[in-house]
Formats: sequence, structure tokens, C-alpha cells
Amino acid sequence: MPSETTAHVLEFPGGYTRSVGPVIGRFLTELRSGRVVGVRTAAGRVLVPPTEYDPDTGDAVTDEFVEVGPAGTVESWSWVPNPRATHPLDRPFAWALIRMDGADTALLHALDLGEEGPEPPRRLRAGLRVRPRFRAERVGSVRDIECFEPEVTMYVAPTRLEYRLHPGRALDRFLEGMSEGRILGHRCEVCDKVLVPMKGLCPMDGVPTTEEVEVADTGTVTTFAVNNIPDPRAPEVPFVSAYILLDGADVAMLALVSGIPADQVRLGMRVRAAWKPREEWGRSIGNIRWFEPTGEPDVPFDAIKDYT
Amino acid sequence: MTDIAVVAFAQTTHTAENAGLSETEMLLPVIQQVKAATGLNRFGFTCSGSCDYLEGAPFAFVSALDAVGAWPPIAESHVEMDAAWALYEAWVELKHGVVDTALVYGFGKSSQTDVAELLVQQLDPYYLAPLGPDQVSLAALQARAHLDRSGAKEDDLRAVAARSRAAGRDNPYALHLDDPAADAGYEVAPLRPHDVAPRTDGAAAIVLASGDRARELCERPAWITGIDHRADAHSPGVRDLSRSESARLAGERAGAAGVEVAELHAQFSHEELILREALGLGEDVLVNPSGGALSANPPMAAGLIRIGEAAARIHSGAARRALGHASFGPCLQQNLVCVLEGDRR
Repeated sequence: MPSETTAHVLEFPGGYTRSVGPVIGRFLTELRSGRVVGVRTAAGRVLVPPTEYDPDTGDAVTDEFVEVGPAGTVESWSWVPNPRATHPLDRPFAWALIRMDGADTALLHALDLGEEGPEPPRRLRAGLRVRPRFRAERVGSVRDIECFEPEVTMYVAPTRLEYRLHPGRALDRFLEGMSEGRILGHRCEVCDKVLVPMKGLCPMDGVPTTEEVEVADTGTVTTFAVNNIPDPRAPEVPFVSAYILLDGADVAMLALVSGIPADQVRLGMRVRAAWKPREEWGRSIGNIRWFEPTGEPDVPFDAIKDYT
Repeated sequence: MTDIAVVAFAQTTHTAENAGLSETEMLLPVIQQVKAATGLNRFGFTCSGSCDYLEGAPFAFVSALDAVGAWPPIAESHVEMDAAWALYEAWVELKHGVVDTALVYGFGKSSQTDVAELLVQQLDPYYLAPLGPDQVSLAALQARAHLDRSGAKEDDLRAVAARSRAAGRDNPYALHLDDPAADAGYEVAPLRPHDVAPRTDGAAAIVLASGDRARELCERPAWITGIDHRADAHSPGVRDLSRSESARLAGERAGAAGVEVAELHAQFSHEELILREALGLGEDVLVNPSGGALSANPPMAAGLIRIGEAAARIHSGAARRALGHASFGPCLQQNLVCVLEGDRR
């Protein structure tokens, strides 16, 4: 068995003071002012970040400083799903070698894509165009750049309008039924079909309907879709939305299906409404959280073929 | 100029966890083994490779001399690098011809601190260190650059890891690691945990001898026919990360062409691909039969062990011409290539 360990810290109190010299000093000074500069070599190349020597030849660089960027191009990258405490960002980010516009060498920095997850974001590729995000308070350090971020290629437009809706007489009655845990429909006098929810008319025959019918909260899946974009009503993806032909109804109703892996949902599957607790009921179809399999045998396709 | 050979090699049974031994306690058995193998108790020169930061104590390498027995005083030196570079210094010393034996050793424990973070201390303090890019993050940048240029896939990295781990399970000194998990997530993309050398505690020692002394001490000396080390620019942003120019140069000058076996100090799967290309190793070359650093990577010793493993193949008669490689610094910045041959008699 290993012996007991002792905690030990190696630290230079207050940090280690380093002279930066004229080349690195110029870079850090410009950075503090929100600019990125490189230095030109005798061969005409621009080194960013600048060094006192040309890494190719070892010769001293010229005294010409060149402003570069602010944009640059990612040359290589790595993706950090679990940042360390010592990393510049506390959420998943990329390390990137970035060649600033006008530079001939690449700068290492963190790149914030605003995306998280164990896998690298798809747009993280060599060639991605990025720009520095400067800190408001700058001290003359490479960390005056908080990180880089991609150039703007998309804009998310705020989209919001407010309404005061009235459901109409028929739907109002349907919602009243929902508030009592009942699913109501109308039977059409002409075609004899039960329409759920009712609309006060039969869209097939174009006649008013008034005969109220209560249908069961069990039914059959007639068709479905697997959704991979989260929805406020179904934040976990993938989720399944399905048309459900309630027992006693003649039109299928759109609802969520849960309680079964998405890839096992099938046409003809028997389901039952999963109601929210009674104290959460309102005048809303949302009283039914979703439908779940009943475990009964599937309905043959022929029996639902007219509804799919 | 005298010929110089590796005449003895010993390594610890490496561990993934702290085995409860101090560095000196870990080192002592391997020193004793090479002393027993050669019958030598004193050496013309002694050189070690270790890193004080691994213990967080300045001059920690000095206490390691307790394992050597340094009284009366001995001629001794130390490099704060992998002990393969200590072997290079000892080789230079022997080339002077004043002494004819040298002891080289390296040791390190990665169980006492986070080595990937510790290695930030070796980076340029102005532009790199303030960002805290750990060793794995930087290696992953190089992996990405190599995959993008060469067209190699992440499955090629997994194949290197799988082969190295399988070989390591046949090596009694290496860690015995499972095949790469099919569902392994990224540690730092594109590298997965099996693409990263495991944390390891361990030590190794080698004895070098020159000319006839080597023939006295060893039945089949592994003669160093070429040894060279080169460095690339430090900043990962000023060189082509997708290849290793310094490894190519070192291999060319050490005479890498025509080796049968190569022990490469690849601490990440993609480094093996880069090194194979740089050293011109074809499909006919047996690479890392020991399992390499992906099966056991004791810091500051793993490079020396590559030379020791290559030499052991010659000592046993399994190979006539073998290559040992060591690397240090971020993204394969420094590379050492040592080519060894069996007796030409």
C-alpha cells in the first residue's frame, strides 16, 4: 500500500517579475491599447507574436512593427470538452493557432465558439475566420485578449409579437372539457364522423356540427415523426410527435409520445394519455403531458390506413 | 575516435499509481541491476535526467545520487530533460577518451502532480504560459494539423494505440492497458484517452562503455553508430506542426535508414505517425515492440527506455540494427535519435 501523502505547493508569492525587452514590450503595449502588432524580419516576413529573432535564421529582426488583423484565420485547433482550472475559459472551448491577417506566423489563443459539448462543433475547421475579444481592463498581457471568437456569419433576429386570442365557441367548449379531464368532439350529421377537437363545423361537408361526443383517452398511432430540435414542451431530444386516432374519434390528433425509445415507436401502436396531476390542470390541451404505450397488441395497418 | 556501446540496461516495473516509494527508493534497484550486470561499482562518469518540478523541490535530483553511492566524490552531471539527453552527454564524455564507462539514469513520478499542467512551466512565459495550454491541448493541435495534411483518420490513431497497448501487455515492465474503448470520448479533440500516454511512475538506467571495455562487460554490445539531437522553433505557431523537421534531421544524421526495429518516444498516437514519416520508417520496420510510451511513460525516463529497449534487442540477438528515439518539449519540439548495431565481427 502506498504511504500517506502530504500536500505540497510550489508558488512564487505575488508572481515572478520578468523584463520583456523592446520587442515583446511593444507587442504587449499595443495589446493594452487594443491593437495587435508583429515585427518584420530582414527577409520581409511578419512575426506575430513578435520575437527578437527570426525563427528560421536566428538573425535579429528589423525595428519595423506592423499592425495586423484584427481578423485572422485558424490554422490548427484542438477542442477541450472539460477545461482545466488553469485554462482561459471555464466552458468548453478550442485552442487555436491563428494567423492574423498580415502575419506570416500563427498565434496561440483560446477560441470561444459559444457552443458546448463533448464533440468539436462542426464549424471548427482550419480556415475559420476569427477575431480577438479584448478585455475592457487591459494590463499588457497576452491575456488582454480574453479569447478569439468567430467572425459574424449569422444574425439571430428577435421575433416576438403579442396576441390576445379567443379560441372560439367550439374550441372553448373543448378546453372546458379538458379542464375536467374529458376529451370532447362533435359528430357530423352528414358523414357521421366524430371530429376531435371540434370546430363547430365539419370541414368535409361544410355544415355546422353541434352533437357533442366524449371520446376515450386511449388511441392508436397513425403516423409519427422523430424530432431532433428541442421544443419548450419537449426539451429532451429526440422526442416523438404523432398523430393519434383516439378511440371513438374519426380524425387523428397531434400529440407527443413518450415512455418508449424514439426508435421503437411504430404505426398501429396503442397509446394512452398521460395526464398531468389534477391540480395542474387548466383550460389547455397541455393537461395531457403526452401519450404512452398501453402494451396492447398493435392495430393492423389496414384498420388505420385511411388515417395515415 | 573510440566506439561506444550500451552494455547494460535496466528498468523498473512501472506503475500507474504511486507505489509508496520515494524517487530514490524507486531508482535504487535499477542502479543495482546494471551494477550487477556489468560487475562495476564505480563509473568514469555519471549523468542523470530528471525534473525537479515533478517533486516541487529545487535540486531534487541531487538526492537521487544517494542511490548511486557518490563517496568518494564522483564525476557527475545532470540534465533537466529526459535521460536520453543525459546519455548524449555521457556519450560526448566517453568520446573524449578520458574515461571508458558511464552510468546514465532517469526517473520520474507523474503520480505526484498533474504533469500535463506542470509542462506549461516549460513554455515561453510571455505568449504561451499565461494562457495555460497544457501538454495534451498542445499535442491535440499537432494531431489536428497532421490529420488535416496527411489525410490520416482518427481510426489510424486508434490503431496505433491498440497495437501499442497489445504489445505493452506482452512487456512485463509496461502497464497492462485494455484495448481502446469503442465509445471513448475526447480528452482534447481529436485525441481520446487511449491516444494519450498513461500517467506512470518509473526509472531506468543504462551503462555505456567504450572500445574493448564494452566487449569485456557485455557479450553483445549495442554499438552506437549514430546519435544526434535537433530542436525545432519553440512556438507552435512558427513551424509546420504537421511534420517534424527536427526528427527528420536527427534521423538523417544518426543514420536511421535500414533499421529493423525502432523504439519511438511517441507520447501521443499521432506522434508515431509523424515520427515514422520523419524517420522514413517503412512498413517492414518493427515499431515499439515494447508497447512504447503509450504503454508506460515514466517522465524523464521514457526516452532513455526507448534506447534501452532498442539495445536490449541487440543484446539478445533479436536485431542487428535498431533505433531508439526520445522527444522533449511541446509538440515534439526536440528529438534525439540513437542508432545501435550489433557487433560487426
